[in-house]
Amino acid sequence: MATLLQIKNLHTEFRTGAGVVRAVDGISYTVERGETVAIVGESGSGKSVGALSILRLIPDPPGRITRGEILFDGRDLMQLSDTQMREVRGGDIGMIFQEPMTSLNPVLTIGRQITETLEQHRRADPAAAHKRAIELLGLVGIADPARRLKQYPHQLSGGMRQRVMIAIAIACDPKLIIADEPTTALDVTIQAQILELMNGLTRRLNVALIIITHNLGVVARYAKWVNVMYAGRIVESGPAAAIYHDPHHPYTMALLRSVPRLDRPRQARLDPVNGQPPDLTRLDQGCTFRPRCRFAVDACAQVRPPLEPAGPAGHLSACLRREEIVAAAGAVA
Amino acid sequence: MTAPATHAPTLLEVKGLQKHFPVTEGVLARRAVGEVRAVDGVDFTLRRGETLGLVGESGCGKTTTGRCILLLERPTTGEILYDGVDLTKLKRKQLRALRRRIQVIFQDPYSSLNPRMKVGDIVAEPMKVHAIEPDAARRAARVRELLAICGLSLNFADRYPHEMSGGQRQRVGIARALALNPEFIICDEAVSALDVSIQAQIVNLLEDLRERFRLTYLFIAHDLSLVRHLCQRVAVMYLGRIVELTDCDELFDNALHPYTRALLDAVPVPDPSVEAGRRFRPVKGEVPSPINPPSGCAFHPRCPIAVSSCSRIRPELREVQPGHWVACSEVR
Repeated sequence: MATLLQIKNLHTEFRTGAGVVRAVDGISYTVERGETVAIVGESGSGKSVGALSILRLIPDPPGRITRGEILFDGRDLMQLSDTQMREVRGGDIGMIFQEPMTSLNPVLTIGRQITETLEQHRRADPAAAHKRAIELLGLVGIADPARRLKQYPHQLSGGMRQRVMIAIAIACDPKLIIADEPTTALDVTIQAQILELMNGLTRRLNVALIIITHNLGVVARYAKWVNVMYAGRIVESGPAAAIYHDPHHPYTMALLRSVPRLDRPRQARLDPVNGQPPDLTRLDQGCTFRPRCRFAVDACAQVRPPLEPAGPAGHLSACLRREEIVAAAGAVA
Repeated sequence: MTAPATHAPTLLEVKGLQKHFPVTEGVLARRAVGEVRAVDGVDFTLRRGETLGLVGESGCGKTTTGRCILLLERPTTGEILYDGVDLTKLKRKQLRALRRRIQVIFQDPYSSLNPRMKVGDIVAEPMKVHAIEPDAARRAARVRELLAICGLSLNFADRYPHEMSGGQRQRVGIARALALNPEFIICDEAVSALDVSIQAQIVNLLEDLRERFRLTYLFIAHDLSLVRHLCQRVAVMYLGRIVELTDCDELFDNALHPYTRALLDAVPVPDPSVEAGRRFRPVKGEVPSPINPPSGCAFHPRCPIAVSSCSRIRPELREVQPGHWVACSEVR
């Protein structure tokens, strides 16, 4: 596979009253063509800011991308003009956000929002755009597309709106779709429909997908590659099977142990991650997970550990004790 | 885990509960043009010490059921027998006395705590309202005790909710619920708004409290994995009615109602090798509007095993195996 997206040492910070928040603090990863990559993390881990940074959608002020390269299909997106960037967004990179009600324009019909994209990016004439819009709604499983095109977002259910978002995202044959918590606001059965649809379409059209989520089940079902984020950094990165079955970072281990399983009878108490997430305005030079980590030693206070090899197939972990803890955790469990 | 309280006495019995809300039109002269049958005939019992899960998707009526039990909503019809007393028949004063025994923990720890009150005052408020511990010093001591029970350090008493994280706020909500020594707590999506790592902390706290104070819980949630972990019995709701009710492991290993099966199928398991082996087809369609629900069985338009009679006859909840209740005519 060829590399489609390569992010190198990306930094995004926000100036707040409490100080500078390094929401994204030097992340690097790649996405291959047609591949599904999951970015997993909890609130404030920087997973959404990282994705918005790829699209250069960080509100400035207070936010700013301070450093890094975003190499997409041979170009550094950081070097593009605003006009060129607008071409990329919605063109070669499609976007799907969490809240379809706020990401669709409430005063434009569904049809207009799809045809607008086509006219902007693909210079389609109105008739061709209309025809393509009908086709797109069919692709995303909306019945009676000709009627739906004339409707407004508020006339559609949450699941339907998210289908429209997907139609817009794939309208211009993108190479990459970034989906930020695409199903978090939806009910379980609708969530399953939307995820299946997204997965099916991206596979069929060979579109790469970055899915940002906190749901470890969704990741397990769909992602080939997983990046786990904590406090603005990627702390573990690897093939999904390695992350779930052979985690090499204490945070990943703790996260997996803290969720109850639907497919197993209750065994014991949950094993939560102790403590609270860190205050990003008050980080020291040490590992950010250290205060909550059961394996922390003095050395962890000295440096922020870099991502280093932790297994075959490019599995990386940002933990000084990544090898020891696997043995230790096995002994505990 | 507390032993399933199969022989414990009944604490709560809900019989034929219905709650209909009017749908109105017009700005000046509002007139009713229809009704939402949010809860449309719900029956269940809850034994002392038991945790019953009430699950379903948005709009299925699980929250309204909880609010009716608390009499935060007046039921349209039905009985809510708490310890043998029908709450719907009580006068305000009598109800108030009983309310001390029933408490609630809400979903959103951001909106369910008064932002202008200090945490200590929030936790003390129920004691003031119910005039127990009138002595300020003893009340303050009780607040400190409650904060400690809920894993909050004592200096939180002087803080405001906005100075705390979501998990800490939910602990405050729990401390407030415990202030009156209740025996029954309704947890309405009590951990849904929290991050995964924090969710587990609160779930463990709820379990500890259940043992320590012999609490009975009605655990309203949409997260089925959590329900499996925490509950002894589970009721699944769809469009205002219970469609399946049984013991927890029985429900998860041997679900009979097609809606329950669809719901369980839809939940992805955090394990790529399990997921790779699952054959999965999402249930079609969306939840219909409760203003104009389908005739017969409300699930029939989406149901993979529906037959023609399903659109005419609404199936009643019946016991198909001992302790396993299902509302589906096609389940034998």
